[in-house]
Amino acid sequence: MEKSLPIPKNFSLSLLRSETARRLLAFGALIILIIAFSLLSENFLRFNNVIGIFIATAVNGVLALGVTFVIITGGIDLSIGTVMTFSAVMTGMFIAKWDMPIAVGVMGGILTGTLAGFTNGVLISWMRVPPFVATLGMMYVAKGLSLILSELRPIYFYDTPLFREIAMGNHFNIFGQSFDITYRGYDIPNAIWILFAAAIVGSFLLSKTILGRYTFALGSNAEATRLSGVKVNIWKTAVYTVCGTFAGLGGVLMASRLNSAQPALGQGYELDAIAAVVIGGTALTGGEGTILGTIIGAFVMSVLANGLRILSVPQEWQIVVTGAILVVVVYIDIVRRRQ
Amino acid sequence: MSDTLVLMEGIEKSFPGVHALSQARFELLSGEVHALVGENGAGKSTLMKILAGIYSKDAGHITFKNRPDVHISSPRAAQNLGISMIHQELNLMPHLTVAQNIFIGREPRRRWNFMVDDKKTNSMALDYLQMLHLELDPRIKVSELTVAKQQMVEIAKALSFNSDVLIMDEPTAALTDTEIDELFGIIRSLRQKGVGIVYISHRLEELKKIADRITVMRDGNYVNTVSAATAPIDQIISMMVGRTIYEAAPELPEANTQPIVLEVKNLNRGRLIKDVNFHLKQGEIVGFAGLMGAGRTEVARAIFGADPVDSGEIYVEGKRVHIHHPCDAVRHGIGYLSEDRKRYGLTLSMDVETNVVLASFRNFLGALGIVKRDKTRIVAQNAVEMLSIRTPSVQQKARNLSGGNQQKIVIAKWLTADTKILIFDEPTRGIDVGAKSEIYKLLNELARQGKGIIMISSELPEILRMSHRVIVMCEGRISGELNIADATQEKIMYFATQRANGGSARADVAAAD
Ligand SMILES: Nc1ncnc2c1ncn2[C@@H]1O[C@H](COP(=O)(O)OP(=O)(O)OP(=O)(O)O)[C@@H](O)[C@H]1O
Ligand SMILES: [Mg+2]
Repeated sequence: MEKSLPIPKNFSLSLLRSETARRLLAFGALIILIIAFSLLSENFLRFNNVIGIFIATAVNGVLALGVTFVIITGGIDLSIGTVMTFSAVMTGMFIAKWDMPIAVGVMGGILTGTLAGFTNGVLISWMRVPPFVATLGMMYVAKGLSLILSELRPIYFYDTPLFREIAMGNHFNIFGQSFDITYRGYDIPNAIWILFAAAIVGSFLLSKTILGRYTFALGSNAEATRLSGVKVNIWKTAVYTVCGTFAGLGGVLMASRLNSAQPALGQGYELDAIAAVVIGGTALTGGEGTILGTIIGAFVMSVLANGLRILSVPQEWQIVVTGAILVVVVYIDIVRRRQ
Repeated sequence: MSDTLVLMEGIEKSFPGVHALSQARFELLSGEVHALVGENGAGKSTLMKILAGIYSKDAGHITFKNRPDVHISSPRAAQNLGISMIHQELNLMPHLTVAQNIFIGREPRRRWNFMVDDKKTNSMALDYLQMLHLELDPRIKVSELTVAKQQMVEIAKALSFNSDVLIMDEPTAALTDTEIDELFGIIRSLRQKGVGIVYISHRLEELKKIADRITVMRDGNYVNTVSAATAPIDQIISMMVGRTIYEAAPELPEANTQPIVLEVKNLNRGRLIKDVNFHLKQGEIVGFAGLMGAGRTEVARAIFGADPVDSGEIYVEGKRVHIHHPCDAVRHGIGYLSEDRKRYGLTLSMDVETNVVLASFRNFLGALGIVKRDKTRIVAQNAVEMLSIRTPSVQQKARNLSGGNQQKIVIAKWLTADTKILIFDEPTRGIDVGAKSEIYKLLNELARQGKGIIMISSELPEILRMSHRVIVMCEGRISGELNIADATQEKIMYFATQRANGGSARADVAAAD
């Protein structure tokens, strides 16, 4: 039938070009890494190691989720690493220094991130500071404030053993009722569930809500969006606020996992997160990207780090390999799209 | 009598270095189609952007539905008043779907007003697309559509506002004849419903068909408002340019026995270009006719090295050349003026001078690769003068020029580069009558100097007037070739619709990314 939809001659090629394929690429990279590492080391697929990978993914994954929104708008957020630290330190201040309840500390930590993100957003949309500069500034400010508040020392949560359970425990404590989460007798730490919950929330925000719609619209053509009567400044601010909130959550997770707030940590995390987003197929030019891709990207990063460590590749070389893989994945993506 | 919807009086607007509007005036009645005409840079778009809340006026009064001195502070404010505008440049979000583009900013919402209802968006979009008789899936991404289809999406978007005032800034520049007819049908039915329509166009023949009144602007000033039915086109033109322009009789093409400068053999690229063969002689203008999406632009881009091809050979002056990149093409003396000037032809954030000399920088390099600024300045200034580009200086950013003047910069760029073969893709789209005849003169002059010219145009009168030879394309193939002596509009249309498989397939192949 001539009226039917034209099926391109090289159908398989066009499938490769499609959007699902972009995720498949990252997914393929992930599978290849997993197969390779499990062949090279029998320890790789051990339950404890797999859990270790998941826990390592949690913080970077949560940061990457937030910055996915920003990158889809065509912007960048360099502050999430140190904002994460700042949130962790604030949580420490609330709980360990000011003796507030854990819930207050957690909320305070997350809201610290929200506030930092909101400030970024206002600087970028109303005051027209370029995203790179505004968030670079925030990166330093957050780092400095973390050091000042903590007086350069780590804050430990020794007096509140429950705090550590947020990330590392394996049961939820909701309204006084405790739910155990074990799988065939194995313990699966909360951090993993929190990552997936955050991913679901992120995915919902991005694909189902008005915020998500404008995130894509801004990245695709900001001027046209403005001319369509969308209050561009408000939504751009909202996007950076969301990103900051995720960084805040990342800070709480980080503090809980380490059972301490480490004020000197954090710088560099933003680049890991951005790398995860990029491996996941989100274009730095804006307008396209997915949450699933970002999660896969985050796993690629942590599987790589873990596998190389198991194979006792020296740390310096781990960094080299990570960088090379990042560029290769993105290059393959570019080549495929050009074709 | 119909009521006055909009009255704009004494409108003033200045941009740095440009007095864009002075004492501009415009009146729109309900149920009328009011054409706004004037040369490139006359201030048409600026005046209408003020009405649509995009620019703020420096002085003047706007009366809207008998409300004196309304203040229109933003596009949203204009929409709320019932004013919407289709812009001269496409204003779409390529990564979003057709439906998402149409309802951007007004998405139907669900739950807590925070979730978008995509189902409803799609079905509502479908209504408007059907109103335009557009067979288009509202769920596909705009980036996959041809420019013409994108323009129709813009029109659907503007319709969806159900506005009382609809401003169309050169809506037909990228449309085919059938699409234009469709659009005119819609405009007439809107007029019936009492909508006031502002219609900006450089295609003066159109105005007789669709407009009720015509307001002429010149240099930011109001000139006159006349009835479209009675005012002769000559009179409108002379009001626009402030003089009577000499419409040169079509130059008779000379018999051409010159050597061949360009030969293309067996060019193929997927579904877009199918076995294209043709040649071009020195001093010859070959017109490429065809419907939108026939593959003419694709052929031009392939020759220019902008897109990769599957197979094919290109000969320049008898020598086989390999062109993989536009810089190869430039080196072999081929210049290409793209149809989408904003995307491919100009660096908008740079000044006029840089844009003009961009393709020929190496002619202006001194020791150590330093650009000879004084020389580029003179060249740019000459080009500005020759093409009468309206700009306060050659230091003005290309972005700040009116649409038609941007087009002229692209032309200036390739005239400055020393080329033997020039491919003009829709060279007069969006260009005013005065400049149009300048460009025609220029094309003839270039041909006389011995350059080979390929002119892609969707306007048949232009093809017939300018070409020595006409090549017609359809669905990526060359479906016919005519000597100018035998060419008529009917014959060209016959070849343009020679579909390979009995005429049922769709004409528009989605543009390659
Ligand atoms: N944002 C801007 N900044 C500086 N100058 C501008 C800007 N917008 C328009 N101008 C100038 O104002 C004048 C009027 O421009 P306008 O776009 O209204 O012309 P137009 O009549 O629509 O022309 P065309 O037919 O080419 O579209 C031009 O000289 C243009 O260079
Ligand atoms: Mg204009």
